[in-house]
Amino acid sequence: MYDFLYHKVNSVDDAVAAMGNADDGKFVAGGQTMLPTMKHRLASPSDVIDLGGVSDLVGIANEGDALVIGAMTTHAAVAASAEVQSAIPALAKLAGNIGDPAVRNRGTLGGSIANNDPAADYPAAVIALGATVKTNKREITGDDFFTGMFETALEEDELITAVSFPIPMTAAYIKFENPASRYAIVGVFIAKTVDGNRVAITGATPCAYRGMKFEKVLNEDFSSNACDAVEVSVDRMNSDIHASAEYRAHLVKVMVKRAVDACG
Amino acid sequence: MPIVNINVNGKLVSAEVEGRTLLVQFLRENLRLTGTHVGCDTSQCGACVVHVDGKSVKACTMLAVMADACEVTTIEGLANNGSMHPMQQAFMDNHGLQCGFCTPGMVMTALDIVNRNGNDLDDSTVRKELEGNICRCTGYHNIVKSVKAGAKTMGE
Ligand SMILES: Cc1cc2nc3c(=O)[nH]c(=O)nc-3n(C[C@H](O)[C@H](O)[C@H](O)COP(=O)(O)OP(=O)(O)OC[C@H]3O[C@@H](n4cnc5c(N)ncnc54)[C@H](O)[C@@H]3O)c2cc1C
Ligand code: FES
Ligand code: FES
Repeated sequence: MYDFLYHKVNSVDDAVAAMGNADDGKFVAGGQTMLPTMKHRLASPSDVIDLGGVSDLVGIANEGDALVIGAMTTHAAVAASAEVQSAIPALAKLAGNIGDPAVRNRGTLGGSIANNDPAADYPAAVIALGATVKTNKREITGDDFFTGMFETALEEDELITAVSFPIPMTAAYIKFENPASRYAIVGVFIAKTVDGNRVAITGATPCAYRGMKFEKVLNEDFSSNACDAVEVSVDRMNSDIHASAEYRAHLVKVMVKRAVDACG
Repeated sequence: MPIVNINVNGKLVSAEVEGRTLLVQFLRENLRLTGTHVGCDTSQCGACVVHVDGKSVKACTMLAVMADACEVTTIEGLANNGSMHPMQQAFMDNHGLQCGFCTPGMVMTALDIVNRNGNDLDDSTVRKELEGNICRCTGYHNIVKSVKAGAKTMGE
């Protein structure tokens, strides 16, 4: 890893100021993606701004119709939270199946969605639950936040402060995981809301997306059999050593059906 | 260079480190605590697991500066007056290791499992909780046995 200037900050303002003064700065949250990337010299920021001391970014609040989770809240904290387990159990389960216990003790919600790995779990929840990403500058809807592979709507000096997840009637997340890393080969999050059903798919394509065709059939008939009518195109699917495009396209439908059944 | 103050196995250490120094490098190279191992470059093997403020973390995926003002426990911090910790003893009694390379990380993760799940563990809990620790020798069977036995002794 190349050396860098390290900044420990205690507030969002100080973090943004440090970023403004840096040549080529990067925020670090849990470091579970950033440090391996820097070790491999795939990233070499001039300045690293550690958000670990910004206590305002940690916490889980139930605001009645939504759960607001701070960007620096770890996966372990979300998984263990009684608040999350009762309001959106599917979200607690999702967080509890990210990586392994040591990764969950450091990795954060903000880091996961800022990174937008095509195989990450949280993007599916943010999209399916119709969540809002709050930053130091503005609010971005889940539908607009993820723009491409490892790409988001965030600007260089923009910091995620929290994510607000509307509480659905019911929801489920099912993933077909890579047995070594637990990243999603295909993961499907379904949320039943008063405004209809929302389906989000991660792992399958370069960026998590909404399964609108599935939503349409499920709004008419919420059953796994109804999903058989949907054709999943192979064209946009990822293909790698873990799974071919054809296999992923097949898995998408299987995981959607399992998620429908899990919604009950 | 930044200065860190870290309580390692009950002793306060103060040192100047580069920003890029990993916690595992600091432990192994500065403090010569070589029980914490490095088995990979991808944060996947768990040979480097230590506890920071009571929680298991991969010391290869944390900067030393991030542990400033924290309490760190490594495998060297477990034995008490020369007698092994019950979890270490359980690995010995149950043939929970062969080459031993993964063992420090396994033991530190095992203690974290007991902290969160209690002393009466079943196989599937232990196997799921050990997902971040890779062993290339044992086939895991005796590791699972050791963790369960160690957990039980710790509760007695
Ligand atoms: C062995 C292993 C297995 C894993 N398995 C899974 C898995 O099964 N599923 C899964 O989804 N993930 C998995 N991960 C990734 C893990 O969830 C990471 O925690 C996550 O991707 C990044 O979170 P972090 O807090 O560590 O972010 P960091 O690594 O610190 O940062 C990642 C990126 O986000 C930016 N960033 C961080 N916080 C903010 C913020 N508040 N505002 C703006 N930008 C920010 C950083 O600048 C950086 O570019 C795994 C990781 C490892 C090492
Ligand atoms: S050395 Fe492999 S996970 Fe830390
Ligand atoms: S005992 Fe050799 S790697 Fe586990």
